[in-house]
Amino acid sequence: MTLRECYAALGGNYDDVVGRLRSERMVRKFVLKFLQDGSYNLLCRSMAEENYSEAFRAAHTIKGICQNLGLSRLQDSSSRLCESLRNGYTPEAEELTKKVEEDYQQAASAILAFQEANPE
Amino acid sequence: MPPDTGAAAAIAETVNKDVISLSKEQKQKILIVDDTEFNRAVLADMLEDKYQIIEAENGLQALAILQQRGVELDLVLLDIVMPEMDGFGVLEDMAQTRLIEDVPVIMISSETASSYVQRAYELGVTDFISRPFDELIVHRRVVNTILLYAKQKRLAGMVADQIYENEQRSNLLIDILSYIVEFRNGESGLHVLNVRTLTELLLNHLVQKTDQYHLTLSDISMICTASALHDIGKISIDEKILNKPGRFTDEEFAIMKTHSRIGAEMLQNLPIHQDDPLVKVAYDICRWHHERWDGRGYPDGLAGDQIPISAQIVALADVYDALTSKRCYKDAFTPQVAVQMILDGKCGAFNPLLMDCLRDMGDQLPTLMNQSNTPTQRNRREMRNVTQEIHHHKDLTASERTLQLLEHERMKYSFFAAMSKEIQFEFTVSPPMVTLSAWGAQRLGTEEIIMDPLHQESILGLLSGDEAHGLSCALRSTNPDHPVITYNCKMRLQNEWRYTRIIARAIWSTDEPPRYTGAIGKAVDIHDSQMKLAALERIASHDQLTGLLNHAYAKKRILERMEGHSASSFALVIFDLDHFKNANDTYGHSFGDRVLIHLADRLRQSIRGGDIAARAGGDEFLIFLEYKDDVETVIDRIFHSLCGEFEGFPLSVSMGIALSTAVGGGYDDLFHAADQALYYVKRNGRGQYRFYEETMKGTLSAISPLDDGRKETEDGASRMEKEEST
Repeated sequence: MTLRECYAALGGNYDDVVGRLRSERMVRKFVLKFLQDGSYNLLCRSMAEENYSEAFRAAHTIKGICQNLGLSRLQDSSSRLCESLRNGYTPEAEELTKKVEEDYQQAASAILAFQEANPE
Repeated sequence: MPPDTGAAAAIAETVNKDVISLSKEQKQKILIVDDTEFNRAVLADMLEDKYQIIEAENGLQALAILQQRGVELDLVLLDIVMPEMDGFGVLEDMAQTRLIEDVPVIMISSETASSYVQRAYELGVTDFISRPFDELIVHRRVVNTILLYAKQKRLAGMVADQIYENEQRSNLLIDILSYIVEFRNGESGLHVLNVRTLTELLLNHLVQKTDQYHLTLSDISMICTASALHDIGKISIDEKILNKPGRFTDEEFAIMKTHSRIGAEMLQNLPIHQDDPLVKVAYDICRWHHERWDGRGYPDGLAGDQIPISAQIVALADVYDALTSKRCYKDAFTPQVAVQMILDGKCGAFNPLLMDCLRDMGDQLPTLMNQSNTPTQRNRREMRNVTQEIHHHKDLTASERTLQLLEHERMKYSFFAAMSKEIQFEFTVSPPMVTLSAWGAQRLGTEEIIMDPLHQESILGLLSGDEAHGLSCALRSTNPDHPVITYNCKMRLQNEWRYTRIIARAIWSTDEPPRYTGAIGKAVDIHDSQMKLAALERIASHDQLTGLLNHAYAKKRILERMEGHSASSFALVIFDLDHFKNANDTYGHSFGDRVLIHLADRLRQSIRGGDIAARAGGDEFLIFLEYKDDVETVIDRIFHSLCGEFEGFPLSVSMGIALSTAVGGGYDDLFHAADQALYYVKRNGRGQYRFYEETMKGTLSAISPLDDGRKETEDGASRMEKEEST
């Protein structure tokens, strides 16, 4: 699996990110690092604990990282979740969280598959 | 190849390496503030080749680093949404301390709402980069911003230096020229200086009073400088007339009067600098400083505000100084007389506003003149105005040299801190943070910089109980005159509680009233010496054989107890072991010792926690207890728990008890009464206990004189009593 195929699988914009970060090496490095970021777990935990200001920040972070990495699909859902939590809880947040979970899992499994296909 | 080429190349290489490592050390520093490690990593990765990267996880940490490093930092990359303190909080603080003027900030955020961007710019950010960012753009903007600020800092420094130098030189030249003019006039040279000072005082007072003349700071500075030239026309007047002691003839006066017009013409005919504002002002002053408000002056007979204000003021200053100085044709008047003469209109006619100024300043004039009359003070004053206009925060810009000195001090400090094996710390109230010496942080197992220490469980837990707040209160209750405290407490050092002495100095601001802003100090491990002391104290206060208190120490404790509770009821019990001498004689001394140890154990188990038990000496013991009502039951229980047998030796005790309710008085009375009760028991068959009663009064003492805490003479007496009794 190539990086481009990985991006296609997780609904990202490969050309955009390589254009911005200048090299496939950089993109590869940070895409793999993406799995180590704790924001997603923080988001799930905060939603479960009904700590919506923390959940807002976590969604905000995910959105920012996705923007930088060109993970468009997850960026789109996390951005919408982020807005729904900006001023505290709204009922839409539940549905949007599910969508973020779905997109995150998809992105994570694509990246894992890429990692297995391309060991260091 | 010549033999030394290789060596030369090697040297060249080392030199190059040095240059490279030097330039590495001087890499410009960028502070990246973002709560997401991922985001910091992306930025650091882009920039770490060319810059030294420092990272902060939230706004508070960023402030701590900013406060520590200040203008050493060349750039801050700042996120907006963060825990603890967000990016706007950081910007607000930087704006308040005006650090934002020296350290540029680029904001990076995925918040692109225009209200956010606008607020960021309002708070003083240099640039705003929105996510997703392009590596090239980040690079370019970082470089541009750093270059721009570096240039600005350098230029500001250069301009200030240049201006200062120029200002110095031109003032010097004007002073020399004016002095030459006056020299011909037979005057001291002080006239020019006095006129200038007085002109400045009058101008400053005038602008406070009215803004009708639209005088700016630079106008005032220019008029003062130009005032020195008011009499240059006199250079063309014959010395004989200039220095004539008596009155002028009409003809002489007519010649004398030409000096104002001639001075003006000299300036007008300057081959260069015709359009210079200073020359124009000087022209006005030269030509019209002998005009009068009522139009009766010379050379042009101007009246009122037809006369430029500069010339009006210099004219007044000129007259005042002439009156208060000694001249070849007159003596000096006192300042008071001079002012009065001018106000009375005896020395010309002046603008009523200026007369008001003169009247306002009145008596203070001589003091004011003296205060501002030295050339250095004058220069400093002017410099202040100029540099304020150009660079209104010069005091905050640290020069290269200051930074070097700072770096040197820091190195010195950390070296000595590492050598001293002490936990050294620095605490600031705002932002709340503790900075520890590297060695100290290692010893405590913490970070070197700790944010908000008084609200962090892990930090509070390093001191026993609530000592952290106790220490904080102790520091706050100092004052600027006595800021140093010593505070002993237990501290957890690598998971071991150890006695520690903290010596700290509170830092008070110089404001009025002074504010507590933090503290510096060190913690010294005194555990070992404290332990030794405790062991010595134990040896001194306890009986070695039984581990009970000794008599002297028990007495001390009893006295302390009685002092605080004079209303309570106490019982003092003395008992000894019956036929103990037999045990020693029959089974030997070591058996005797074991009997005593056993009895002491029984005693310890039969009393309550708050009771005091001691070995009074030999086979005699003492108990002190506080009771509420039924004391007899308590005594009975203790008595019976002491009786029994030990390895075949029957344990039987004789016991005398004195109650404070029955005896009254102090310790000595109680002891004496219990002693008498014991004596009574021994006389009446032993193996029982008795409370002291009045009837026992006057009986002899039972207690052996050993170690009973009384004076020697008494000991002697009681020994005799005892011998008699047996």
